[in-house]
Amino acid sequence: MFEGWDAVVLARAQFAFTMSFHIVFPAFSIGLASYLAVLEALWLITKREVFINLFNYWLKIFAVAFGMGVVSGIVMSYQFGTNWSSFADKTGPVIGPLMAYEVLTAFFLEAGFLGVMLFGLERVGPRLHFVATLMVAIGTLISAFWILSANSWMQTPTGHAVNADGQFVAADWFKLIFNPSFPYRLVHMVLAAYLTTSLVVGAVGAWHLLRDQHLAGPRVMFSMAMWMATLVAPIQILAGDQHGLNTLEHQPAKVMAMEGHFQSHKDGAPLILFGWPDMRDAKVKYAIEVPKLSSLILKHSLDAPLAGLDTVPRENWPPVPITFWSFRIMVGLGFLILGLGLFSLVMRWRGMLYQTPLLHRFAVLMGPAGFIAVLAGWITTETGRQPFTVYGLLRTVDSASPLAAPAVGSSLIAFIIVYFAVFTAGVIYILRLMAQPPHPGEQGPTKDLPARAAGITPAAGAAAVEAAR
Amino acid sequence: MIDLAIIWAFIIAFAVFVYVVMDGFDLGLGILFPLFPQKTDRDVIMNTVAPVWDGNETWLVLGGGGMMAAFPLAYAVLMPALYTPMIAMLLGLVFRGVAFEFRWRTQKARNKWDLAFAGGSLVATLAQGIALGAILQGIHVDGRHYAGGWWDWLTPFSVLTGIALVIGYALLGATWLVMKTEGELRDRAYHLCWILLIAMLCAIGAVSIATPFLAVQYTQRWFAWPNIILTAPVPIAVAAVTALLLRALGNKNDHQPFFLTLALFALSYAGLGISVYPYIVPQSITIWQAAAPANSQIFMLVGVSILVPLILGYTAWAYWVFRGKVRPGHGYH
Repeated sequence: MFEGWDAVVLARAQFAFTMSFHIVFPAFSIGLASYLAVLEALWLITKREVFINLFNYWLKIFAVAFGMGVVSGIVMSYQFGTNWSSFADKTGPVIGPLMAYEVLTAFFLEAGFLGVMLFGLERVGPRLHFVATLMVAIGTLISAFWILSANSWMQTPTGHAVNADGQFVAADWFKLIFNPSFPYRLVHMVLAAYLTTSLVVGAVGAWHLLRDQHLAGPRVMFSMAMWMATLVAPIQILAGDQHGLNTLEHQPAKVMAMEGHFQSHKDGAPLILFGWPDMRDAKVKYAIEVPKLSSLILKHSLDAPLAGLDTVPRENWPPVPITFWSFRIMVGLGFLILGLGLFSLVMRWRGMLYQTPLLHRFAVLMGPAGFIAVLAGWITTETGRQPFTVYGLLRTVDSASPLAAPAVGSSLIAFIIVYFAVFTAGVIYILRLMAQPPHPGEQGPTKDLPARAAGITPAAGAAAVEAAR
Repeated sequence: MIDLAIIWAFIIAFAVFVYVVMDGFDLGLGILFPLFPQKTDRDVIMNTVAPVWDGNETWLVLGGGGMMAAFPLAYAVLMPALYTPMIAMLLGLVFRGVAFEFRWRTQKARNKWDLAFAGGSLVATLAQGIALGAILQGIHVDGRHYAGGWWDWLTPFSVLTGIALVIGYALLGATWLVMKTEGELRDRAYHLCWILLIAMLCAIGAVSIATPFLAVQYTQRWFAWPNIILTAPVPIAVAAVTALLLRALGNKNDHQPFFLTLALFALSYAGLGISVYPYIVPQSITIWQAAAPANSQIFMLVGVSILVPLILGYTAWAYWVFRGKVRPGHGYH
């Protein structure tokens, strides 16, 4: 099997597959950890029971999602060595320390306080427990800081030199960490994580409001989530626009692929809304376009010239169709999220936030939108920087391990089978937890308190759902 | 002049050892899981590590990530060389990691996740032990790349080290249970300790006898004069710790067996260090050849010296919060 295959293509497929599965969990847990910290803070300040109920409700879901994030993340940290050993050798001196700092400042902080956060409320008391929750939330954000710095350096490398062994080495750590695309990517990703979580929380709230508009927990979570979507969606669109301008400056070929601009335009480039990019003929077929709009967006001038892929050597072209379409999916979802936020704002204004089934159905439908947008965004940026792993300096084909295709192919199949089996089960368990509304006296994930046997526990609840089928 | 490569070799060795100490016992619990078929026992066993397992596994990420950062060449050579055991370990860790939460979320499929916990733990441990053996027996390197085949890791010696580690982790798990549980569960754990300790001593003996035959370097390191003055205390200390361990098991002292088993691990680990030093890829690449440039190692050293004590501090606090025996139906006491 895999005899005639290209090992590098298989290694790329493996990275894309394991990474796509992984990113879904941090995208959710970054936002959810912060949300849990907010809920616990509100409970400590107001002493309202609804907040601790919501906290415990989402904590159980967090525990399942976080566990999946951890195990899929360990895979990522070893994949650099197993499948991309040349990359690891050459970039280890610059990427390695950033990841080591991620482990030291973020992973340990999260892991060290997670146990107390999940099981320790009665052991340490509410104040110290809140500190633990806060540490986990801060840990997820620090983690985002380092890993996005590492990724951004690969996209827009600065502050480095090359030594005699062909390794990248640091010349200026500050410039290396705060490389040109890092601030934009960090803001864009953290906002994306917050939006993703708010859409999930909003969808769960809306789901229960569709059945009963008077439930306190769903009302509070729906309202909080819609505020978040309303406020963050426009900021995210602005941040995305700024990120795009930054990409145009440092990785123009990526923007050309996103826009489908095979040809240069001397006086104003059109915005291609849809079409089919054909790399062989170097043109977008069946294009629907708005004249000069792309120049207006990217250069803030209708007649500004815009270079196309015809100015880039063919061997440096990214795969245009994937970049082009994943970008459109992300942007489209972004505007839908904005629409949901505005709709909720109007209904809130009219005092109908909890009484509008149409809004609730829309919110339920948009539940997974954040995940899809995050995946589409990452596919855009990672496909668009091909054929390089370190942009302009190290090609993807020169980054792989000296492995034969059968080895990489077999492990790819193993990952696919295991991930689908394990993470499908996890998602089902999360959906089951979400299918129950939060109720008074909601328990956290404390494993074996007598309450578990009393029948209001998640395991018993899940069993009831199973029995009802 | 301070030798950064040596400092970093000790830091990585320390991270890997802390990993072995911490994840060793919770992988060991997974290995022992099939021997405790009752649900109440399994719930208690799970609850003894549920609050800390994630932190335990983070040391593995530090070992791997730290190695890529401090010795990128070694990481780049070892990972492809150990490709299959590494992938098997990662998949094993996936199964056992998710089982901690998943088994509480279903009744119908609970046995499946218990099996995933046991199977994943066993596979991950076996893979780690095999990887250790494969490193010890030497790795074929050409230039800056691994140059062997993708089955090179599988030899009678690596299988021996794999089995030895399974026994070792199981002993750690059994002594942990002795410390953290009570009643009938603890009594059965005591019983297992005896069997596993004897098996572990056989395994240490077998690996110790086989290692010098792998390479002349190992023989000289251990038996040549004057090295033997420095190496002889290791087996003597192993004998002393074993005697203490036997006494602790005989006296039914609940806490000592776990820490004495850790001492056995530490001695075996020191023995490995003596065999391998100064190579990071035995017989091919030394720590100086693999070392990242000084400014990378210094940059991280600052973080390590501030953060690792802090990490050890709050990790100790988390263990302290969940101290004491775990009883069925009552969580922690």
